[in-house]
Amino acid sequence: MSASTLKTAANATKGTTVHAAQTIEVRDLTKRYGDKLVIDHLSFVVQPGVVTGFLGPNGAGKSTTMRLIVGLDRPNGGDVLIGGKHYADLARPLRAVGALLDAGATHKGRSAYDHLLYLSQTQRIPRSRIDEVLELVGLRDVAHERAGSFSLGMSQRLGLAAALLGDPQVLILDEPVNGLDPDGIMWIRKLVIHLAGQGRTILVSSHLMSEMAATATDLIVIGRGRLIAACSTDEFVERSSKRSVLVRSPDATRLIELITAAGGHTEAADDGSLIVHLLDAPHIGAIAARSGVELHELTPQMASLEDAFMEQTHASTEFGGNAHRDPDPADTASQGGGAP
Amino acid sequence: MTATIEGPSTRPKPDDGVGLDLRGLWTSEWTKIRSVRSSVVALVLLVVVSIGFTALFLALTVAQWDKVEVADRILIQFDPTRTILGAGFQLSQLAVCVLGVLVIANEYSSGTIRASLLAVPRRTPMLLTKAAVFAVLVFVVAEVAAFGSFFVGAAILDSKIPVGIGDPGALSAIVGAGLYAAVLGVFSITIGTIVRHTAGGITGIIAFVLVLAPLTQLIPGTVGDHIHAYLPTVAGQLIVSARQGPDDLLTPWQGFAVFCLWTAALMVLADAMLKRRDA
Repeated sequence: MSASTLKTAANATKGTTVHAAQTIEVRDLTKRYGDKLVIDHLSFVVQPGVVTGFLGPNGAGKSTTMRLIVGLDRPNGGDVLIGGKHYADLARPLRAVGALLDAGATHKGRSAYDHLLYLSQTQRIPRSRIDEVLELVGLRDVAHERAGSFSLGMSQRLGLAAALLGDPQVLILDEPVNGLDPDGIMWIRKLVIHLAGQGRTILVSSHLMSEMAATATDLIVIGRGRLIAACSTDEFVERSSKRSVLVRSPDATRLIELITAAGGHTEAADDGSLIVHLLDAPHIGAIAARSGVELHELTPQMASLEDAFMEQTHASTEFGGNAHRDPDPADTASQGGGAP
Repeated sequence: MTATIEGPSTRPKPDDGVGLDLRGLWTSEWTKIRSVRSSVVALVLLVVVSIGFTALFLALTVAQWDKVEVADRILIQFDPTRTILGAGFQLSQLAVCVLGVLVIANEYSSGTIRASLLAVPRRTPMLLTKAAVFAVLVFVVAEVAAFGSFFVGAAILDSKIPVGIGDPGALSAIVGAGLYAAVLGVFSITIGTIVRHTAGGITGIIAFVLVLAPLTQLIPGTVGDHIHAYLPTVAGQLIVSARQGPDDLLTPWQGFAVFCLWTAALMVLADAMLKRRDA
């Protein structure tokens, strides 16, 4: 990938509403499939210039939300604005918003080139741009082969080429690393960070927490169609109550007594060190100093994003018998528009 | 190459406020159809089978001429153009039906519909352009088949009944064959849009074309005759005749108008469903 290929469009800074032109605003979004409430009064804003990770357990409604943002599905209530406009009101939508929603959304008998060609023709995108994006995603050599012969990873790359075709300011990527090999994952990671660095608005969903930790600056976390958190990745981890302190002391037995007396909870690790919960590092240090207990190590342990995620979404996981929970009575009353 | 990457003229600009680009939409739908080899093959086969079957059917008719019943002979005599065009056309119309359903149902089965709707979020222009592109394509192909069939058929039938393109109504019937096929193509697209499944859509359209007509003929009395006459394809096929037959309740153009009304009604329904449903 060359830097020039990914260069921001000249127009990025043109106009007075640059900021508004790049945010994704989800407002009070509600979606039902039959009786099931899939998206439950969801609101959040995705800001330009950073990679925003979209997290949630399976069935939380990530893909549905993304389809609602670009108007493929009709909401039962609420609104989504991209740069202040509804997706359907964009005259050249692919030039404003690029979306990778499901890989393999191509006719099996059509070549990768023709797939991008018919898309570009609706937007008056020059043919040279097709070659550019095919080169960028590494499909140039198979551009004229039938998409039906593509592997999952290649289909994913074609989907990404389609999303990047219009050089959009807003990118919405649903599980982009699905089916990619480690090289491909690394490549996508660099690409989205690079694109965000150009001031673009990027919303990436993933079920791989480690992937989000490596790429996302901000997070939108949902569970059962409701917002769980919308904050920076660091803040999300910080917020997790699973924070603990690793303590190493030659006088562990005495230290455990002291910590327990002070209201802390200890856990013995395999190597003889202690994991202390409910007390922070300065507090433990003070207790040890007051009682003359020697400490060899006192390290605050940050929860991994995965831990934080598990902890904060635990209540909303769609497993077990509570999948068909009744919708709130308030929801039924406030439902607007949509199918009867 | 530098200009391609850096130049603002070729660089895709964000939403430039231009309204719906019908020409772009048209080329895009055309690309979709021509880039799938099976549809191109099917259209070529349509012409070949149509002309071939006409030749076969008329050769058999001429060879068996003495055994053909008098009533049938009178019917052929009355409108030889209808006989010539009718032969290949009964077969080729099925190809148009299947292709028409596939044009839209394949987008659903492959997921392409989502890519298409991301590029063109407004459903109505997308559906209408798709129908128009397919209609024009089918018209051209069906005209090639109709002219070919007519000249081949007329040459074979010549020994028994002389037919010429200058005969009254002959040219309008040949043009009518293309018009019928084009509207049938649109009719199939509406069915495909409503049903959204390839197999279901094809079953539905075949039921309309092949099953419903003989079924309504079983209804006794003139009620059955009237229902039969106003069925979409029964009425529509009248345009492929040089003159109104003794048993026809409608004139060729009246029949075609009835078919167009059916198609328009289904198009309104298809459009409403496309707008209402999740893609």
